[in-house]
Amino acid sequence: MNIFVCIKQVPDTETKVTPNSDGTYIETSSIKWIMNPYDEYAVEQALLHKAANTGSTITVVRVGAVKDTEVLRTALAMGVDEAILVDAPDNLDSYQTAKAIKGAIEKSGKTADLILTGKQAIDDDCLQVPQLLAQLMELPSISVVVGFEGTGSDLTLRREVEGGAIEVYKTSGPCVVACNKGLNSPRYASLPGIMKAKKKPLAIHSLTDIGVNQDDVRVKYSNFVLPPEKPAGKKFEAMEEGQQAAVVAEVVGLLRTEAKVL
Amino acid sequence: MANVLVFTETQGEHVKSVTLEILGKLAGHNVDVACVGSLSDIATADLAKYGAGNIHSLTGDKLDKYSPEGYSNALHGFIADKSYDYVFAGSTSLAKDLMPRLAGTFNAGMASEVINFAFEGDNFHGTRPLFAGKCLAKVELVGPKPHFVTVRPNALGLPKSPTAGAGTKALVAVSAGEITAVIQEIIKGASEKLDLTEANIIVSGGRAMKNEDNFKILHEMADVLGATVGASRAAVDSGYAAHSMQVGQTGKTVSPTLYIACGISGAIQHLAGMRTSKVIVAINTDPDAPIFTKADYGIVGDLFQIVPILTQEFKKLLN
Amino acid sequence: MMNFEYTIEQKEIREMAMKFARNEMMTVATEFDLSGEFPKSLFEKAWSHGLINTCIPEEYGGVGFSAVDSVIISECLSYGCMGMNSSIMSNDLALLPIVIGGTHEQKEKFLRPFTESYKIASFCLTEPGNGSDAAGIKTTIKKDGDDFIVNGEKMWITNAGFADLFILYGTSDPSLKHKGITTIIIDPKTEGIVIGKSEKKMGHRCSDTRGITFNNVRVPKENIIGKVGDGWAIAMKTLDHSRPLVAASALGGAQCALDHSVNYAKERVQFNTAIANHQAIQFMISNMVIKVEASRLLVTKAAWLLDKGESNTKVASSAKAFAADACMEICTDAVQIYGGYGYSVEYPVEKLMRDAKLIQIYEGTSQIQRIVIAKEIFSRS
Repeated sequence: MNIFVCIKQVPDTETKVTPNSDGTYIETSSIKWIMNPYDEYAVEQALLHKAANTGSTITVVRVGAVKDTEVLRTALAMGVDEAILVDAPDNLDSYQTAKAIKGAIEKSGKTADLILTGKQAIDDDCLQVPQLLAQLMELPSISVVVGFEGTGSDLTLRREVEGGAIEVYKTSGPCVVACNKGLNSPRYASLPGIMKAKKKPLAIHSLTDIGVNQDDVRVKYSNFVLPPEKPAGKKFEAMEEGQQAAVVAEVVGLLRTEAKVL
Repeated sequence: MANVLVFTETQGEHVKSVTLEILGKLAGHNVDVACVGSLSDIATADLAKYGAGNIHSLTGDKLDKYSPEGYSNALHGFIADKSYDYVFAGSTSLAKDLMPRLAGTFNAGMASEVINFAFEGDNFHGTRPLFAGKCLAKVELVGPKPHFVTVRPNALGLPKSPTAGAGTKALVAVSAGEITAVIQEIIKGASEKLDLTEANIIVSGGRAMKNEDNFKILHEMADVLGATVGASRAAVDSGYAAHSMQVGQTGKTVSPTLYIACGISGAIQHLAGMRTSKVIVAINTDPDAPIFTKADYGIVGDLFQIVPILTQEFKKLLN
Repeated sequence: MMNFEYTIEQKEIREMAMKFARNEMMTVATEFDLSGEFPKSLFEKAWSHGLINTCIPEEYGGVGFSAVDSVIISECLSYGCMGMNSSIMSNDLALLPIVIGGTHEQKEKFLRPFTESYKIASFCLTEPGNGSDAAGIKTTIKKDGDDFIVNGEKMWITNAGFADLFILYGTSDPSLKHKGITTIIIDPKTEGIVIGKSEKKMGHRCSDTRGITFNNVRVPKENIIGKVGDGWAIAMKTLDHSRPLVAASALGGAQCALDHSVNYAKERVQFNTAIANHQAIQFMISNMVIKVEASRLLVTKAAWLLDKGESNTKVASSAKAFAADACMEICTDAVQIYGGYGYSVEYPVEKLMRDAKLIQIYEGTSQIQRIVIAKEIFSRS
């Protein structure tokens, strides 16, 4: 079966993010980029599903700036077979991204039997692309997936919802699965894998190649700013047992009278 | 004046309070409400009180349980007949899944997780956090209508003196269409409490909790406060708490009214996930822990001594 | 144009090895330091990801790393834990004589099994009475029919208690000094081998270190690397390869201490400001950065010369001496920056300081490296 995995390159969670000088996006020059953490679960699930379904191939798709191909190469080093990169700005909106992924899949000439993604990208936190992609491709989608069982396209998927409850879905046929942390334990790219990755195919398309243009813009961002700093809070010393009751009583009092949250 | 539809969900007899927050903020526009299934009288009254004009209950086969395809088809059919400029929803776990798909059926744009918004004439613009709240940006929508917006719960707050609407109830028959991914069963979660992302009060534990059992003292405090219990990544990675409890950049981004951090040092990725909380209380033995830089009220002390006292104080106050 | 940039693969190797170091090693380094337990299952995991035995050539089942690739891996794993890395690196130190001086048959027989499952090799050179004066070793390797008989005592042997293979340096005749030195491969299960108890050490506490006694140990003649008396030449060539690796391990430890120090300086508040704002701390950090950068250049150049097939002895010894001394200084300063917390086992830097010391001592002390450098300057002109 043909498995597609969509991955995104995002700033490392430890990275300090600052708006660029004209506030149109963030300053990207000194950022450490990583594979979107949720996408690692998607790559791992693809590799597990391939191992259980012989004769499968995995194609990884990334929409983003072409300047470095590191996260795609990481996916290849983990064991993915082929990669497609759609050269696009890093701040493309969700609709354009979904349309670009659809275009890239179509251009590959393969029929997708399974599409895996992360549940959300931790840069724009939109949580739109998996569902949008599914809608544009007229496929079902299951998001926030924490359980994945089955062979081929006959799958039982567990979706996590409010309060830790689980919805169990059955699908038979192509679908989009958006993976959450806890689904599996993503493997490391092994060193032999890294050395082999350079020989694997990597296709690069422009947005125009796959039919995405300015008319597809749906969301416009501006005025990127840092969130306002909070004024310094109050700190109470309560290491000694004798202080504790008084300190706690004072804090609870302040929560009621000053902060007015109780 | 824009024509707006607000999609709502119920919880027992009530609609989710984020719906009322949105209604309050939309005062002055033509606002209808739609939900899938029936609404109680209490829910209807609340919706009317906060400004709902027409209240549509959508009913049809295969809509008793949520499915992204069924709900999306049903709502698409309903919305396509009307001339709504905007469709709003609270950013709940159902709406997060449903709204992008529904927007896709119209090839329309969607602004996710806004924390504030306004209209210039009929044009929406919102503010939303990106990079887990490390940045804020202005978001606008272009292209085919209706435009879609989801709003983060607890961000807007409820209006003090809401403008009432007509609150006219209507039953609408809709079709769920073809559903290929079918829900088999729903397994109840361990907690019947509000999800972290919607919780008004969160009590969170970090690595200093030392083990899973010790979370018991946080649950006791949470029960008194009607709070939901969360955890830091360090606590989750150490196996003290489930990932569904994780607050932070690779967990849940939350903005409750009150966030009580117990034994959490405050790694940057945790701070990113909870910094928009209205009031933060931190308890930590290390006076230099970064969490104190974000805390409104910091208590330098041992959580195992402080938390039980705090629970007793809350009990006294709230009973 | 001169190029200081790693290749794309090298960047990825670094990324992967750092991820392993951070997630798998740093998280348990303190635990193993306190217990002194040998982290065998962690090593098996590292092996399964291709992080161990970087010296084995591709034709014998290895990944086919360059020397520069290998030092990157050594640096990263040492960042995770200097002690664990000692045990990991020990395999390379032991297998290199086979890579350098072994026949095709020996490589097939002894190297390939290391690529098929996780196996451990120990390098047996040092003796109770001979450390730096390696040419004075007393362990004898005497011909007896088609076999050789080994007698003697070895000391401070890394991984000895877990080894699947020993590489032993002995002498056919102690009076011949370095001309008598011979290298031989020994199966640790051979009769006559007595492995001592695990030594209690200041640092590198999870790395297994023991003495070994060889009592009339019979080894087939096919296990001799090269010929009798080739040992010294093989050892010298081995050192050209191993010194950059050991220097890289010092670099990894130093980088780790630097990163901890920077983070702590930003968090710790004294006199109402983060200590990072105090010039006294800034200067200490700056000095760390200078030493780390210089170490990395030396280490990389020593490996790069090897990859080019050029003599690297002078640079490799410079790298080992400089990086080891720098690592010790940086780790000591890290403890200073942490102040009282730095002296506590609750914080990571006192362990770094204990671990750093050994790198100035093993694999040629800092003093021996200077002798080697001086010899390169004065004896070769």
